[in-house]
Amino acid sequence: MKNFNLALKILLVVIAVILPLVIKAPYQLHIIILIFIWAIIGTSWNLLGGYTGQVSFGHAAFFGVGAYAAGLLQFHLGVSPWWGMLLGPFAAMVISLPIGLIAFRLRGPYFALAMLALGEIFRLLFINLAFTNGAKGILIMPEITSKMFYYYVGLSALALTIGITYLIVHSKIGFYLVSIREDQDAATSLGIPTTLYKNLALLPSAFFTGLAGALYMNYVAFIDPNIVFNLSNISVMAIMVVMLGGVATTWGPTVGAAIYIILGEVFRTTLGSANVLVFGVLVCLIILFLPNGIVGELDMLRGFLARKKEGAAGGVKI
Amino acid sequence: MSLLEARDITKKFGGLAAVSNLSFNVNKGEILGVIGPNGSGKTTVFNCISRFFPLTSGELYFKDQRIDELPAHKICDIGIGRTFQVVKPLKRMSVEENVMAGAFLRTSSMHKARLKANEIIEFCGLEKYKYREAKSLPIPLRKRLEIARSLATDPELLLLDETCAGLNPKESEEAIALIRKIRDAGMTIIIVEHIMKVMMGISDRILAINFGSMIAFGSPQEVSNHPEVIRAYLGDAYA
Repeated sequence: MKNFNLALKILLVVIAVILPLVIKAPYQLHIIILIFIWAIIGTSWNLLGGYTGQVSFGHAAFFGVGAYAAGLLQFHLGVSPWWGMLLGPFAAMVISLPIGLIAFRLRGPYFALAMLALGEIFRLLFINLAFTNGAKGILIMPEITSKMFYYYVGLSALALTIGITYLIVHSKIGFYLVSIREDQDAATSLGIPTTLYKNLALLPSAFFTGLAGALYMNYVAFIDPNIVFNLSNISVMAIMVVMLGGVATTWGPTVGAAIYIILGEVFRTTLGSANVLVFGVLVCLIILFLPNGIVGELDMLRGFLARKKEGAAGGVKI
Repeated sequence: MSLLEARDITKKFGGLAAVSNLSFNVNKGEILGVIGPNGSGKTTVFNCISRFFPLTSGELYFKDQRIDELPAHKICDIGIGRTFQVVKPLKRMSVEENVMAGAFLRTSSMHKARLKANEIIEFCGLEKYKYREAKSLPIPLRKRLEIARSLATDPELLLLDETCAGLNPKESEEAIALIRKIRDAGMTIIIVEHIMKVMMGISDRILAINFGSMIAFGSPQEVSNHPEVIRAYLGDAYA
């Protein structure tokens, strides 16, 4: 079983690496690059919302700040927006810190509400500031236009995000994060400094969402505040991607992003203006019948089968 | 030598003094029982020691170090573990993972935490349920898991809050056997329990409280014959 899993993973990586050599059509590559960006956002959100149980309704703030960090470098200083891939994530971390330090001391929905406000504050701020070129947004002339290049950049960024998140979750920090999600009092009684560890989940989450934002700026080459700080299309979408794929699973957000983007495209091209309606109904159905998300349900099924086997061997009673 | 010493601790909720001017000490290696009628402040005492509630006034010393100003998570770090009356298992984690979450306090290595957890799971007789999700366990096992998890943090003093509540006689006997086993391993224990027979049998000393104040403190024999204790439990006619 372990060998099989390993083989499956290697196969997946090989496919991911050679895919753009097979699929050369720009449209299909464009869809896959969007999936990568959404998978990064979902994986980051999942670390905070899925594993630590701190739901954020404002990841657009981190995404937008990451994107604008790249855009403003070019706009004001003429520096290549690729430096934004470095600056963006750190800028997102800096804005996440005050919210975490204040809101994580409280229990209840305060963090979710603070994040909701943060996203909207940034949207309004960036619309009205001259420094950010207001609602006109920022347009850059990309030096590289080959889709294949962006494919590999996106793939590497996603691999980095999933890799680091995996390492965090499968370490002492991960155990502490899940403990906080399951019961904060119990976590405190085990000597876990809960405020500190919630911040340790928030920082990488903001970091990688900022990375996705900077990548988006470089790839799409145009942003305005209503696109990158959008509540329903970024913040809520981040939650949807994770819910659909599987909360607190390694691959859930990636699977969720793939299904979301592909279904969205299919509906948009075939159903015309009814696409949003059908999409909405489908999302409701999935949440109703697959409450653990697709990867989550598969994991449950696997666990169920494993237990059944164990039970048959006479191990577990009661 | 006193391991834990409480000096005039008081906890008020608004105008109500849940604990008032209570002083007691716990010696190393003993089991101190805390008894009292419902609502007398037993669990509040625990919550004050473990810093879940800040004290209104008074001082707490653990190994001669003042602890009533430490943050709640530090209490476990200096060696005081606790369980909850209403059990708080980490529901969607397995038994092994629950205990590992405790063991991580003293190590950062996954391997060491797992070894430690397995040792404690065996000590508490939970091997059979190691891979079960905590939420699927029945109450007696959840209570046992609660103890295992706090043992994993290597405490010197263990606060057990109603470990036998809600258990049938056979299950509470097993729980008591486990508590004795923990004491024999050299742990100091403060225990809150309702079943008098249990308390008289395992406690070295007993602290009886009512309305947040001490009414008797001494050997089980002394306390059970104390007129105030009889009055609190049975009424004036029997005192």
